[in-house]
Amino acid sequence: MEPIEKFRQETRTWLEANCPPSMRTPYGDDGDTVWGGRKAVFNNPEAKIWLDRMAKRGWTAPTWPKTYGGGGLSKEENLVLSQEMRRIKARVPLASFGLWMLGPALLEFASEEQKQKFLPPIVRGEIRWCQGYSEPGAGSDLAGLQTRAEDKGDHYLVNGQKIWTSYADKADWIFCLVRTDTSKKHDGISFLLFDMESPGVEARPITMISGASPFCETFFTDVKVPKENLVGELNKGWTIAKRLLQHEREMISGMGLGSGVGSSASLESLAKDYFGENNGRIASPALREHIAQQKMDAKAFALTLQRTAEEAKAGIGTGAASSIFKYYGTELNKRRYELMLEILGTQGLGWEGEGFTPTEIGITRSWLRSKGNSIEGGTSEVQLNVVAKRVLGLPD
Amino acid sequence: MAFVLTEEQQLLRDTATQFFQQRVPLSNLRHLRDTKDPYGFDRSVWKEMADLGFAGILTPEQYGGTDFGPVGLGLVLEQSGRTLAASPLISTVLLCGAIVQLAGSATQRQDILPTIAAGETIMALALEEGPHHNPTHIATTAAANGASFRISGKKTFVLDGHIADKLIVAARTSGKYDDKSGVTLFIVDPKAEGVSITRTHMVDSRNAANISFDKVAVGEDDILGSIDGGSDVLEQVLDIARIGISAEMLGSIQEVFDTTVEYLKERKQFGVPIGSFQGLKHRIADLFAEIELCRSVVLDGLAALEARRNDVPQIASLTKARLSDTARNMTNEGLQMRGGMGMTDQFDIGLFMKRARVAAATFGDANFHRDRYASLEGF
Repeated sequence: MEPIEKFRQETRTWLEANCPPSMRTPYGDDGDTVWGGRKAVFNNPEAKIWLDRMAKRGWTAPTWPKTYGGGGLSKEENLVLSQEMRRIKARVPLASFGLWMLGPALLEFASEEQKQKFLPPIVRGEIRWCQGYSEPGAGSDLAGLQTRAEDKGDHYLVNGQKIWTSYADKADWIFCLVRTDTSKKHDGISFLLFDMESPGVEARPITMISGASPFCETFFTDVKVPKENLVGELNKGWTIAKRLLQHEREMISGMGLGSGVGSSASLESLAKDYFGENNGRIASPALREHIAQQKMDAKAFALTLQRTAEEAKAGIGTGAASSIFKYYGTELNKRRYELMLEILGTQGLGWEGEGFTPTEIGITRSWLRSKGNSIEGGTSEVQLNVVAKRVLGLPD
Repeated sequence: MAFVLTEEQQLLRDTATQFFQQRVPLSNLRHLRDTKDPYGFDRSVWKEMADLGFAGILTPEQYGGTDFGPVGLGLVLEQSGRTLAASPLISTVLLCGAIVQLAGSATQRQDILPTIAAGETIMALALEEGPHHNPTHIATTAAANGASFRISGKKTFVLDGHIADKLIVAARTSGKYDDKSGVTLFIVDPKAEGVSITRTHMVDSRNAANISFDKVAVGEDDILGSIDGGSDVLEQVLDIARIGISAEMLGSIQEVFDTTVEYLKERKQFGVPIGSFQGLKHRIADLFAEIELCRSVVLDGLAALEARRNDVPQIASLTKARLSDTARNMTNEGLQMRGGMGMTDQFDIGLFMKRARVAAATFGDANFHRDRYASLEGF
């Protein structure tokens, strides 16, 4: 047997024996997602068992080196693992900005000591991280950030304010961009890690148009940060920041293929339910055409993700297509929710209470949430600028 | 790995690229147009294309073809689209060759396929009867008369119709207008009594004709496939043609995109290249995204044909709709971004725009295919 097939057999056997039955069922609501951390909440005790078992094998971070608690899997083995997990509809054991964003950046830029200290608790879901990037005055112009970190000999003293810090109120640590040189823009930024329980840190949730509060304003007043928590060189944090943004954009661009309530619902069956049908056709011809267009665009986008992956694996292609994923994926997801809202009519315009099903309310809230997709992690306009400059070589 | 070319396919693409750039540059189409060339394409070029194996690309080796398959044909068509090369690839190879291969008897295949592969026989499919593509809107009849038939009716937009050595005609042997069943395919000699052919001059300077049939006599031997069974053959062949012409459009779109980006870098206004203006940057970057998606669907469509996947009809409609829309948008934007010069005949953008519209209308436009896609998907 080929080694990879042997790996598949072993993986299948292990998953069958170790993935609890309730972890093979669809997510009920957002609360079913496991984020880990000191304040971890498990709606279901089996979610904790599943996390611990997967973390012990390093399979929450399958491709990270074993030295840091990862699974040490090759790309090919990782693909097999995800296929086998999908086969039994296994839930993702751990959702984490540490896994998706910080970890890959630490593997590339951090010191050996830092990797040993920070990576294993991410794998085990013990420490939940948040991202301190945007500021009130630094959105698309991220490098204009003003949060200061002053050198005080044995520590840095951090003062300033971040915004749109996802789950800052629930996170244990923050990876934070700070200004360490006010005389330069990009070359005056450093990448700092610190504990959110440090004196002087305050996170205030922001109520969004969807009614939820996933983002915070985060204030730093004379926060003392040990010097060993600087990642990479002083004033060279922008390089790390940009690389981490790539990981973030990859994470967000997957949304074009659906996330949020109703993302797995079929537009056409919803339309048949809410509009009725004539001889198997959606009763509204105009809506039918819009749905066809949406489905065709989504299929074309999925094929493009697949093509890029195959080209990368074969070592060909420029990878240029990946620069459009964040832009196209998020715009596609927004159009999908607009279409869902049109399909639901006034049933899609309820806020709460009686008269609306939980799914209807969920779709409405997800429609509102989806508006942020083309803003967070680099606006659509910034993405188009990146394509124009880096891919097409157009002048500034 | 459907999206990664084999070495043989890469070689074919390189050969095709070089051939069209050197032997059939865009000036070739201008020359054909300006001299009102009676053939509408360059016969010696077609012979060279046959010698390179392009004409027999879908034909098995036993009939003298190269059998490179749909992916190979797509690569050649894409490159032909870059220079707007006029040739009988669509009429003779994509449509008629595929029909004969699919539905022809052993004798018909032996008679016809080798001469197509050799570049000797030009064929045309007489299908459409109205201004909008519709394979079941057939009023032309073939009335049984003993063992023979008499074809009567009017066909329009017959690609390469006025120079074809043989015609394939879709006519009703039963059923009524718009019925899927009852259509039969006949091989008809364009010189037969009762056939009247008028060349139509289209905006893209490519060949088309209106053809009327007045009690044209055909025999049993001229039937392709089974009586009343033509629609199934047509659907399969039209899907090949839809994906094939999409590959051609992809080449044209890419050419217009590339030259437009160059123009944005070169053309200066207010003392700076116009490509530095964000109003243009965002539009061209958005088109970049759309074109990347176009490339993915064309490659997947060709791979679907090659693997005889059962979702060929869906991917054919998806591909034809997306490429038709993007070809329109790209040529519109390409013209607008060139300003007044884009309106002149001297600039090539107008030629690409004209071809984009004809190609979009050929084998069903985006509206036709969105509707078909929805039906195929069960809504």
